[in-house]
This record gives sequence, structure tokens and C-alpha cells, in this order.
Amino acid sequence: MKEFTYVRPAAVIEAVTLRAGRPGSRYLAGGTNLVDLMKIGVEQPDELIDVTGLGMDRIETTLDAGLRIGAAVSNSDLAVHPAVRQDFAALSQAILSGASGQLRNMATVGGNLLQRTRCAYFADISLPCNKRNPGSGCPALAGEHHNHAILGWSEHCVATHPSDMVVALMAYDATVEAHTPSGPVRIPISDFYRPVADTPHLETTLPEHALITGVTVPPAPPASSRYRKVRERASFAFATGSVAAALTVRAGAVHAVRIALGGAASHPWRASTAEAALLGEPATEDSFAKAAAAELAEARPLPHNQYKVALLRDLIVAVLGDLAVEAGA
Amino acid sequence: MTAVGSGRTRLEGHDKVTGAARYAGDVPADGLLHGWPVLATIPRGRITGIDTSAVQAMPGVVAVLHHGNSPRLVEGAGWTDADPNLQLLQDDRIPYAGWPVALVVAETFEQARAAAMALPVKYHAQPWDVTFSAAHPGLYTPDEVNLHQPSETAHGDLDAGLSASAVVLDRTYTTPEEHHNAMEPHAAIAQWVGGRLEVVDSNQGSYAVAQDLAKLFALDLSQVRVRSEHVGGGFGSKATTRPPAVLAAMAATVLCRPVRVVLTRRHMFSLVGYRPPTSQRIRLGAAPDGRLLAYEHLTATQTATTFEYVEPAGVVGKVMYAADALRIGHRVVRLDVPIPKWMRGPGEAPGAFALESAMDELAEKCGIDPIDLRIRNEPAVAPGSGRPFTSRNVVACYLEGAKRFGWYERDPRPGIRREGRWWLGTGMGAATYPGETAPATAAATAEIDGTVTIRITAADIGTGARTALAQIAADALSLPVEWIRMRIADSDFGPAILAGHSFGTASWGLAVDEACKALRARTTGTPTEPITVQVNTAELIQAMGRPERHAFGAQFAEVAVDVLSGEVRVRRLLGVYAIGRVVNPLTARSQLVGGMVWGLSMALHEEAVRDPAFGGHLNANLAGYHYAANADVPDIEVGWVDDPDLANPTGIKGAGEIGIVGVAAAIANAVWHATGIRHRNLPITPARVLATPPEGPRA
Ligand SMILES: Cc1cc2nc3c(=O)[nH]c(=O)nc-3n(C[C@H](O)[C@H](O)[C@H](O)COP(=O)(O)OP(=O)(O)OC[C@H]3O[C@@H](n4cnc5c(N)ncnc54)[C@H](O)[C@@H]3O)c2cc1C
Ligand code: SF4
Repeated sequence: MKEFTYVRPAAVIEAVTLRAGRPGSRYLAGGTNLVDLMKIGVEQPDELIDVTGLGMDRIETTLDAGLRIGAAVSNSDLAVHPAVRQDFAALSQAILSGASGQLRNMATVGGNLLQRTRCAYFADISLPCNKRNPGSGCPALAGEHHNHAILGWSEHCVATHPSDMVVALMAYDATVEAHTPSGPVRIPISDFYRPVADTPHLETTLPEHALITGVTVPPAPPASSRYRKVRERASFAFATGSVAAALTVRAGAVHAVRIALGGAASHPWRASTAEAALLGEPATEDSFAKAAAAELAEARPLPHNQYKVALLRDLIVAVLGDLAVEAGA
Repeated sequence: MTAVGSGRTRLEGHDKVTGAARYAGDVPADGLLHGWPVLATIPRGRITGIDTSAVQAMPGVVAVLHHGNSPRLVEGAGWTDADPNLQLLQDDRIPYAGWPVALVVAETFEQARAAAMALPVKYHAQPWDVTFSAAHPGLYTPDEVNLHQPSETAHGDLDAGLSASAVVLDRTYTTPEEHHNAMEPHAAIAQWVGGRLEVVDSNQGSYAVAQDLAKLFALDLSQVRVRSEHVGGGFGSKATTRPPAVLAAMAATVLCRPVRVVLTRRHMFSLVGYRPPTSQRIRLGAAPDGRLLAYEHLTATQTATTFEYVEPAGVVGKVMYAADALRIGHRVVRLDVPIPKWMRGPGEAPGAFALESAMDELAEKCGIDPIDLRIRNEPAVAPGSGRPFTSRNVVACYLEGAKRFGWYERDPRPGIRREGRWWLGTGMGAATYPGETAPATAAATAEIDGTVTIRITAADIGTGARTALAQIAADALSLPVEWIRMRIADSDFGPAILAGHSFGTASWGLAVDEACKALRARTTGTPTEPITVQVNTAELIQAMGRPERHAFGAQFAEVAVDVLSGEVRVRRLLGVYAIGRVVNPLTARSQLVGGMVWGLSMALHEEAVRDPAFGGHLNANLAGYHYAANADVPDIEVGWVDDPDLANPTGIKGAGEIGIVGVAAAIANAVWHATGIRHRNLPITPARVLATPPEGPRA
């Protein structure tokens, strides 16, 4: 790890100014991802700007019963907040399915949005990797990719975004709020992550030096929601596949549905094709299966992650089926 | 009431939980320096340049040792065999990715790490091969497997046996490369004190480490002292001298200051041994009643180019079942990979996965209950040697286990039990591990305050050995345990066998018992000045010969499998063992539970991954290398049956290794019982479960 300086600004604007004035600096939140990457040389900042003392640690319910979550709120606090548990169950479940208790105590909302991929090549500076070292190649394509993306990847990078929390935020149509040197910006989560294309090193549309200040979530749809994650051990593992979904059934038909997938794509993946295929259809296993198949029709698995196609398809069907039962359909 | 047989918390338990116990990486020293090994990033080739000037000026850097400037080491050091992993920084050759090419020494740990990461090392790479397969053209038959056992064992006419068999099973089972991750990483601190090289090291046997260091540095053994008072897990990875002790001693010698070297997890993946992958072909031929006419177990495995370690997966067959014809063989291929070595239950752990899975498949084919099949094939003598067992109480384990587990209420048909999305099943497997005894020196001192001090170069690697030895001493002296002071893990106490191969407590226990008896013969009551007697059990053990003495066990598992998601959850594990005399039921139980947890981990999680294009590991850390997390581990029940066996007068057989043996098979067999699908390749991951969906309605 390279030597670095550490600063702890007291105001958002001060943090952004510091960051803009020092190209080699990075924001430090819980440090559970950034510090790990520093230890293995993937990140080599010369200054860390601690953003946990900027008053961004509150969760508020908005007037219309939506949420405003400060960027420095810990994953643990967010998961157990009463309003989250009651109205945004999938968000609470998604967070609690991630990492471990100790990590969730440290990890923040802002850091979770910006955590980097767990691709093994990305984490080893002696190896090529387009995301870490643009133009050096993507060895995962021909190498180890059993937990890599089946949707939305390009031949430049096939890595997944590892977050569970963001899969739920996708389903809830959240918006990311940030502060840039030229003022505040709001970015809908659906626009927050870039398609991989030939720039896998550019992961988000967040303007340069911007500090994420919070996330807003519109009022929860009148539906029950759920997050289900499959992983290689019962705890403390990233998703091999996960589904966040919310379903409203009226008179036996799908009135509203939100589906997002984790462990599937270069970023948490909104399953819009499946959603469109379901609207107005009977809330039956048959419809769910057709919609899931439609979503996964564009999946492009590699030799060692083929299993994910059936896994995600069956997970979508299973989760929607459970929600339909809950809704009394 | 005797101390042996009563449950006792660890003598050092309070020190450990309060942090007072100092492990090798905690030992303070004035002027301490920190060494960080820099690892090769290519699997084969030569170092063509190390630009030390690039880091020499970095903050805190004191030295960069490499093959061009480091002290020359004497060749041939190593326990039982010369260990090339100890010839550190001696030449420019790279035998595998992860081989140390330099040691950066700095004033702080962080400075050493920063400079190590910045050190430019240039290589000339040569073509490499790191990919094991059972079809590898480089496979050959070694003369010996682990610890100089014969590679091949055979009797009877195998082909005739197979052709006379009504039922023939021919299956191949694979286990992946698995790695050590003891809670405490390997660490050592070395310094010269009054003309002696003093090392505090994390190891399983300080005497052998002292011998190695003396040899490497051309010192008299009396000039070296190695201690390892507290060790946070070893499991074979600390059985022999490891690079931290050598590197710390090299740097301390060059720099005349105390030097500490602590490995990271990544370092551990290449420097402390591991369980090599195996591919095991088993052919069983049986009469219609399940009696074995032919038994063949052929193992293929990998070793390094620099050392021939052969995982002895076939040795289970020399102990477990009677068969008219027997053939056990091993083949090995040398690859450009780190040196594999002992890992809990070496041989038996992967071997029993294959054998005990095959026995379950044979039971299915013959339509016989798996326990009945095993009982039908109980041998009268050891199948490998034809010699009698000193004791064999495996059937008692089966029966006691079956009773506790509710085995006989089980419907043998696979794939018929559901609970929501979960498919349920149960399975069992047998376990065995040698119960050997090796020489040790022990001293007992009658102190003037009435207490007795025991000195022995035993290692307590978390097993509770220190406490068990105090219990043995207390009984031998008819004193309360509180009156015994245990001093262990100091090479100055004389030669003693290391903590490994499950012979630690049996071997040290015998020496302590002998020493205490000898002391008793010399003195009764409290002496006016300390009286010490020292014994060595070498002759006694020579006279005992090497009888067929083995521990046994039966493992039972209940699993739930979600065939849509591929998730496997173990709901229940039970192990019942015949392990001779149990000195301390509390710590013995912990050891066995630990072994069973590891068996679960082996069944479902553990697998090191490399990319043949680069040759190094891709998951050399605890986030990427999955082992069972707490949430994976269910209620575990442990029991033991009476197993009197005084071939070692202490009656102890050892509980260290056997807990892991047979667990993976019990789980795989339970997965079959749940789903009707046989999983012959470990680990049984969601991807593997999904790749072979069961037949019939899935939900
Ligand atoms: C072993 C392990 C297992 C894990 N398992 C899971 C899992 O199963 N599921 C899962 O979802 N996650 C998992 N995680 C990841 C964990 O959720 C993230 O590490 C965590 O959310 C990151 O948050 P942080 O506050 O610690 O971020 P940091 O490490 O502090 O920062 C991460 C990145 O975000 C930037 N950043 C932080 N805050 C801001 C801000 N306000 N504005 C702009 N940039 C900012 C930093 O500069 C840095 O680039 C795991 C992590 C580990 C180490
Ligand atoms: S998948 Fe992406 S992160 Fe992984 S090696 Fe390829 S480019 Fe790098």
C-alpha cells in the first residue's frame, strides 16, 4: 500500500473542493472496498477524504412516504430502519443478504453503489484487465468466469457489479443525489451505471469528482416485495444470482411488477423485458415462466456460467410465484 | 477420580481469550524490523533483474534481500526429506508462481509492504504447465507415497475377481486443490541473543524447526532455540519449517536486529503446503450379497517440480474392507505449482470421499443397506498387510451412530422427500486414521513447593494438548491437575515428535507418563531441592514395532437440496468414533467437531482456482476461497464408543485428523439420497447441482 494522507472535511462542499483539487485523492467511506483494493495495489490514492463526517448519515421518510437515505448511512442501519423493513422489504432483505455483519456495520450506501467488481483478474495487478488497465485485455473471457455476467456484457469486460443493495434500489426506481464542484445533480438509478461497451473502466455516469450525498426512493408501490439471493455458501458470499421483485395483482392479473437481477450483468439489471411481458397477464406460473424466458432470451453465457441462465429464470419464476401467493392471487 | 477422562477447559484458555497469550506475530522486541516476502508472478522461469535502488530510498526500508545478496544456506534441511521450499533466495530460478524472489525489510510492516509492492522484478518466463488432469501424459508411478509408504499394494487376482463379480462398479471421483487457512497465519520472529539464534515461530514442532535452522545456517544445534508457545491452528501446514522462520533468521543474521515475518493469506496459498487435486478411479466387484471379490483404487494427483509429495489417497483401502483381490496404486505428475503437503487427514480425507461414495453406490446396486454392506465386508486382518489390528471397533461406531441418527427409519429410495423447495436426504460414510506413536523426550521436575513441572517440546496448536498432558501427568503422579506446571514448545526441552499425523498426544502422553513414573520411583513427597528426571521413549517405541493400530469412525449427514437454485444445506451431522482413550472429552469433542466442519467445507465449498494462462491462483484470499461460514454449519453431534487399546500404554489413538475423514462422502451420499443424483466431483456447488438436474417434477 502506498503512503497517503488523510483528511476529514466537515462539509460537503469542502469535501468536493478537496477532491477536485487533488486528482490522486479518493473519497473514503466505510473503506471495506477501497482499503482492500489499496492493500493489493489496485487503488493507489495519495489522499483519502473521509466522507463519514458530513452529516450524510440520516434516513428520512419524505412527505409522500418515499425515502431519502444519506450516502454515509451504514448498510446495517438502513436494513433495520422501520420504514425500510415495512415498505421496502426487498431493500432490507438485499442488504442483510450481503457480506457479513461486521462489514455491513462499516459499509455505506455511497460506497455500496460504487464498489468494484469481484472479478479475480481485476484484483491482481500482475494480470491484464481492461477494467483496471484499459486496453490490456480481458482474460476472464477465456479463463475463469463461472460467476461472471450473462447479460449486457461486451467482449471488453464480462464482470458483474457485485452489489445486492443496488439490485433492490433498481427495482424501487431510486435516484442518486450527488454534489459536484458546480452544484448538485440527480441521476436516476437506471441511468447511473453505464453500459460496458469498450470502456469497462468507466462504470457510472457520476460526474468527475462528484460526491454522492444520498439516494432517494419514491413511495413504495402498493405491492409486496422480496429479494432472493443464491450464493455458494449460506452467508458471506456474493450472489451467483439474485432477484428483487415487487408484484401487484388485481383480479388475478398482473397490475404492476418490478424485477431486477443481481449477479447477472455488468450492473444490477432491471428486467424490463420481463416486466413488459407480464403487464395485464394472468398472475400464473405460466406467465412468469414466459416472461422470465423473454428476459433471458438475450443472455449470452460463456462456457462456465451457463448454469446462470436457468438459475435466474427459475429464480424469477419462484420469487414472482411466492409474491403472487402472498398477494392472494 | 482420575484426571484423564474428565472434561477440562484449556489451561491457557484465560490467556487466550483475554489476549494475554502471545503468538509468534505478537512477540515484541526492541528495534524490531519487518520482512515482507515478494512473490514471483510467473510460474516458471528466471529472475533477470531486481531493481532494489527503486525502493531503497522509500520510507523505512532497511534492506532488500534476494538471491544476489542473501546469506548462503546449507542444502538438505527438512524433516524426513530435504525441503526445497527452505532454500530461499538462493538462486534465480522460479519453480512456481508465488515463490519468494525477495524479502523487503523495513522499520514498519506497512513500509515493508509498500516497498515490496513497488519493487521492480524482471523475469524471463519459460513455458509452464499448471493444469492437472487424470489424462496428463506426464503421470508416472512413484516409488513411494507420503512418508515413505509403498505406492502400490496388491494381492489376489483382480481381473479374476472382477469377472467373477455379479455386481461391478467402476467410478471416478475427483477432489480439487484445497488450501490451508489456519486462523493464525504463519509468522516468525528471529533474533540473535548472546550468540544464539532465538526464534519464536508458529509451528507444530519446534525441535525439528531448530534442527532445520541449525542445518541451514551451519550452526550447532545448541546455538539455536525455537519456541512456539501458542499456535493458532496448524493442520499440517506448520508441521515442518516454513519460510517465515528461515527468512526472518536470514534477515536477522544480515542486519543484526530482530526481524519478524508474517505471511498474508496470499503468501499462504503458495508457501505452506496444500492438498493437491486428486482423480480417483475405484473399481469394486461384489457377489450378489455385497461381499467384495475385487477392490481397486487408483489415484492420480499432482506434485511440484521441486519435490515429490504424493497424496496417499489409496491408503484407506489397506485398512477398511476385506476383498479377495486388492490393488491400490498411485500416480503423480510434476507441474509448475507450489509444493503440496499434509493437510488434515492427508490421504484419508480425499481417499475416503472416493471410497465411501463408491461403497454407497455399491450398496445401491446390490440393494443392501450401506451399513450392512460395510459390516459384511469387515476384514479379519488389515487388508493391506495381512496383520491383525490391535483393536477395531468400527462396527460399534456404525451401530451406535445408526441408533443416534435414526438411520434405520430411513427409506432407502432416493429423491422422494420434500419440504417446500427443499429435497431431503441422509447419508453415511466410514472414517479411519492411523493411531501411531513416535518418540519424544519428557522431563518431570519435582519442585520444592510440591508441584511438578513437565517439560516437553510438544506443540499445542489449539487442540488442548497442553491440558491433556497435564491430565496425564496428574494421574501418573496422583496429584491434582492444578499441581502440574506445563512447559511446552521449546526446542531446548529436547527432541519430540511434532504435532501431526494424530500422534501428538499419544506420543507425548507416553513420554510424560514415563517421566512421571520415573520421577515417582525416584522420590515421594516434596523434595528439599528440585529433582528432575528425563526420559526418551525411542527404545520403548522401537520395541512396540509398527502394529496395525487405527482409529475408526462413522459419519452421518442429513442434507436439504434446492434443485432450482442448486443450494445444498447440511441440516445435521453426527460422528461416532473409536479413538482409544479420550483424555479430555471437552477438547477432543472440539477437535472432532472442527474436523467435521472442515469435511462439510470440503464437500460443498473449498476449491482453489488457477488460470492456466498465468499459472497463479485467482482466489488466494478468504473472500474468494470459500470455506464453510457459520451459517453453513448445522448442529453437530459427536460421540465415541469404548475402544480399549493398550498397544500404546496410554490407550490414546488421537483425534486430530479423523474428524474430517468420511464427512464429504456422507454429505455427497445424502445429496444422492435427496435427489437421486450422484456428485462425484467436489465441491458440490450450486453450478454443479444445476448442471445435473434430477428427473421428475422439480418443485
Ligand atoms: C469479504 C466481503 C464480502 C462482501 N460481500 C458482499 C455481498 O455479498 N453483497 C454486497 O452487496 N456487497 C458485499 N461486499 C461489499 C460491500 O458491500 C462494499 O464493500 C461496501 O458496500 C462498500 O462501502 P464502503 O462504505 O465501505 O465503501 P468504501 O470502500 O469506503 O468506498 C468504495 C468506493 O466508493 C467511493 N465512495 C464512497 N463513498 C462515496 C461517496 N459518498 N461519494 C462518492 N464516492 C464514494 C470510494 O471512493 C470508493 O471508490 C463485501 C465486501 C467484502 C470485503
Ligand atoms: S471481466 Fe472485466 S474486470 Fe474481469 S478481467 Fe475482464 S475486463 Fe477485467
